[in-house]
Amino acid sequence: MEGTMHADAKIRAETGTESGPRGPGCSLRHFACEQNLLSRPDGSASFMQGVAEKSREQLIRNTCEAVVLGALHPRTSITVVLQVISDAGSLLACCLNAACMALVDAGVPMRALFCGVTCTLGADGTLVLDPTAKQEKEARAVLTFALDSVEQKLLMSTTKGLYSDAELQQCLAAAQAASQHVFRFYRESLQRRYSKS
Amino acid sequence: MLRFINLPQIYFNTCFRTVEPLEYYRRFLKENCRPDGRELGEFRTTTVNIGSISTADGSALVKLGNTTVICGVKAEFAAPPTDAPDKGYVVPNVDLPPLCSSRFRSGPPGEEAQVASQFIADVIENSQIIQKEDLCISPGKLAWVLYCDLICLDYDGNILDACTFALLAALKNVQLPEVTINEETALAEVNLKTKNYLNIRTHPVATSFAVFDDTLLIVDPTGEEEHLATGTLTIVMDEEGKLCCLHKPGGSGLTGAKLQDCMSRAVTRHKEVKKLMDEVIKSMKPK
Repeated sequence: MEGTMHADAKIRAETGTESGPRGPGCSLRHFACEQNLLSRPDGSASFMQGVAEKSREQLIRNTCEAVVLGALHPRTSITVVLQVISDAGSLLACCLNAACMALVDAGVPMRALFCGVTCTLGADGTLVLDPTAKQEKEARAVLTFALDSVEQKLLMSTTKGLYSDAELQQCLAAAQAASQHVFRFYRESLQRRYSKS
Repeated sequence: MLRFINLPQIYFNTCFRTVEPLEYYRRFLKENCRPDGRELGEFRTTTVNIGSISTADGSALVKLGNTTVICGVKAEFAAPPTDAPDKGYVVPNVDLPPLCSSRFRSGPPGEEAQVASQFIADVIENSQIIQKEDLCISPGKLAWVLYCDLICLDYDGNILDACTFALLAALKNVQLPEVTINEETALAEVNLKTKNYLNIRTHPVATSFAVFDDTLLIVDPTGEEEHLATGTLTIVMDEEGKLCCLHKPGGSGLTGAKLQDCMSRAVTRHKEVKKLMDEVIKSMKPK
């Protein structure tokens, strides 16, 4: 199962080009480019920047793999393509929600739904859920969790910054409460969609 | 598990292990132990060798059972970043070459190596193990850049713990010479005779767990255990019990209570690692 951040990109294909390793003075991250990927448009290119992207892809992929019932579809490749249209903070959580909704829309059998929740801790310990980009930058710690819909268990977590064990439990509890809202939204939007047809 | 095993039994065991690895494993887990004789919460024998590479400014070799990682730190000059003229750089890179395991091919770094590099970069950033301001020589003009190369020599699971420990030990071993900027020529003059150790502010220690069958947590998984596991979790903790990183890349879910158990195991592991490292460094001092 692959996860890519850009439309139909094949990572590191032989025809693509890559920039060299990032030296300390260079302000651009390592990037790779591949052209003429899509057959319909006249030209297309994919741009992949940085090791951070690979890390995020792995997180999303492993979360999906944990819930999708792959055994029901042997010899099948499920590709999840995420295109970032705008980033206003909590990007990874948004990607996780989008991935889950896409899998539901595709009718892929899953053992549970999942949602992403981002939480930041301020310098004085204040907890903010679903932060904006500015709040994320100013926070002491940013924690992103993926929770499942059955028992709100922790499926995936990635954190930035320093925090204590008690703060972690506090954030996790807040994220679990917030995930209920997200799951309710999933349910409502699906109900609305299927009640029309 | 002491038993008198006759030859056909050994044959049966190895066949069973190859054909049904998960069932073979479950039989051990039911007895609260693992095939190599460890308890569920027990780490493999950890050994560390500091300062073995003389051409590097700092180095360390860490062995966690069979998993072997060597870290070499080289310090070079660079111009500081324009948005932070009083900071240096720490650039980690994890290399998983084909020699450590047959699952890796030669060529550009694979996903696992990149994820490990990102993980180490995050640990350095989050734990503030080194104040980047300490690496500045002349604000806006010259700063140190520490290239930390971690190479895995033998892959048998739990690479992240080994890499974190190797990095910490190597950084503790790094000695930087005094550098002065000559005002007339504006060139840097390096005094190789006076060398100072780096100011290591915190000691982050990683503890990895593998999740089995969605319920059981085992510490320090071997390569085979990682392959059979349904999820992994890595906790990086410093000496005050603060968490630098909670890395759980997907896999089966964990409740808050299970996380709490992991935290307490991580605390004890931190004490073990710190004690080991202090002993090794103390034994090196007369040199």
